[in-house]
Amino acid sequence: MTGPSRRVLAWSAPVLLALIALPFVVPPYQTVLLSYGLVFAIAALGFNLLLGYTGLLSFGHSAYFGMGAYAVAFIVKYLKLESMEAFLLGGILASGAVAALFGLLCVRYTKIFFGILTMALSQVLWSLAFKFFWVTGGSDGLRVPTPTLLGGLVRAGSDKFEFLSHRYYFYVLAVFVVCVAVMWVIVHSPFGQALQAIRDNETRAEFVGVQVWHYRWVAFLISGIFTGLAGALWVPLNGLTTPDILHWTFSGKMVFFTVLGGFQTFFGPIIGAIIFNYLETYAVGHTVYWQMVLGIVLVVLVLALPAGIVGTLRRLGLRAAKAA
Amino acid sequence: MSVDILKTTQLTKSFGETHAVDHVDVRVTAGEVLALIGSNGAGKTTLINLISGLIPPDSGRIEFQGAEITRASIHHKIELGIARSFQLVNLFDQLSVHDNVTLAIFSREGRTRRLFSLAAADTAVRDEAVAVLKQFGLDARAGAPAGGLSQGERKLLDVAVAYALRPKLLFLDEPTSGVSTREKAPIMDIITQVVRSGGITAVIVEHDMDVVFTYCPRIVAMHQGTILADGTPDQIRNHPQVTANLLGAQTA
Repeated sequence: MTGPSRRVLAWSAPVLLALIALPFVVPPYQTVLLSYGLVFAIAALGFNLLLGYTGLLSFGHSAYFGMGAYAVAFIVKYLKLESMEAFLLGGILASGAVAALFGLLCVRYTKIFFGILTMALSQVLWSLAFKFFWVTGGSDGLRVPTPTLLGGLVRAGSDKFEFLSHRYYFYVLAVFVVCVAVMWVIVHSPFGQALQAIRDNETRAEFVGVQVWHYRWVAFLISGIFTGLAGALWVPLNGLTTPDILHWTFSGKMVFFTVLGGFQTFFGPIIGAIIFNYLETYAVGHTVYWQMVLGIVLVVLVLALPAGIVGTLRRLGLRAAKAA
Repeated sequence: MSVDILKTTQLTKSFGETHAVDHVDVRVTAGEVLALIGSNGAGKTTLINLISGLIPPDSGRIEFQGAEITRASIHHKIELGIARSFQLVNLFDQLSVHDNVTLAIFSREGRTRRLFSLAAADTAVRDEAVAVLKQFGLDARAGAPAGGLSQGERKLLDVAVAYALRPKLLFLDEPTSGVSTREKAPIMDIITQVVRSGGITAVIVEHDMDVVFTYCPRIVAMHQGTILADGTPDQIRNHPQVTANLLGAQTA
């Protein structure tokens, strides 16, 4: 094992233990709230493979999150299945198929052209979700029952909230840990190094033999799959799939997660997604001007902490280490 | 017997009314170190861009080791063994010096497609990268981000990245531009030593005639998109048209 991987394992082990112990020490509502945060963190991990590691800013990742969520709703509606494993598989396949197709169209462009194209394509899906209401339920959406876990071994029982705050929380946590581990390996692989090279200097990447479009497309596909997986995990928490999650404003939230935590660090988007979830929840609960609160946070963030929370902490840590 | 590694026939590229490269025939012999000289706008960099695949020619033919590669992709040309450095240094600034080189090695070995293995765990590639950096005198800076290097170090790393691809033919576009006069000789000493010891054919675009006459046994002079002269340093020094168009301007 390499030095950085060993260091990360050393400090992530106690964090993981704390996350495992959490449902036994905090009210169930807090655990459910954290489940949302972990789900968004998986989406942010996928999103940041494009932004932080490949240098492509997508404004259309709601498409993949939404495809993951709608895949779950369709599995329930048409296949009458309630297995979470089937939901995850469906979410991965559906978001992967859409990301593969949209990626083909998008990865030939960069900068604002890429951003606009990804947003336009996600808006197409959003409008389709409205228009084909007999399939999608239109603005009412589709209701999704509480799933069974681990091939039917774990069931919800009568207390849904207890299920979500304990059994489902652990399920989300396990998927989250697997996603973090897989993404860590991907971004530290030779493939991940090639993506960073494309981000830094596309022309030079071509001249070391990296076929830029191919690599961007694979990154787009992986990014979409992670985000779709998050969408599938989100549905049981929400109980309902509606077109809102396909709208570009939901893509904007993913940008917010990543900027808040810091897109130039691996853990920044994870921290950003979890903090954003708390921030939004409490802002909504305390004021009708919650959108203004989020707006002010974003402005302050961009002006005062352009590296995000984790990025800034890392810089401060490096400065302190140099001074010592 | 000398063998041509590269041959262009009537290679042409125009940008609007400007004939940047005008029916150029060039032969490069395997193993030689050749200088391409000329004033600004003579067509040197355009010629390199055409051969390396950055831009397509309007007409003409490019052969590499006897096979036509006129419209081959950059990727294919790299696989065949053609690499280049850039006039304006092109590096991966946020990656470390070491990772700039490891990426080239991973790419050469076709391993950049690997998603599920840690790059840092590949000790063979890491060791090779360190060896390459040692050859270029950059091993002490291995952990630094490439964006933090001095201009001279950046120039060397630019060449080291291309060299790590183990090319047969290496184009070096102004390897000493933007560095101090004092740094030029050490940079060229390292580059020519590495190129010669690796048996690499090198084509060096250079403005500094002291560098050209010192390090390159054969010189091709270009002027307004055409070949003006082709010969040894002495032949070029005494060529009337080169003297009038290039060397005269330099010494004036």
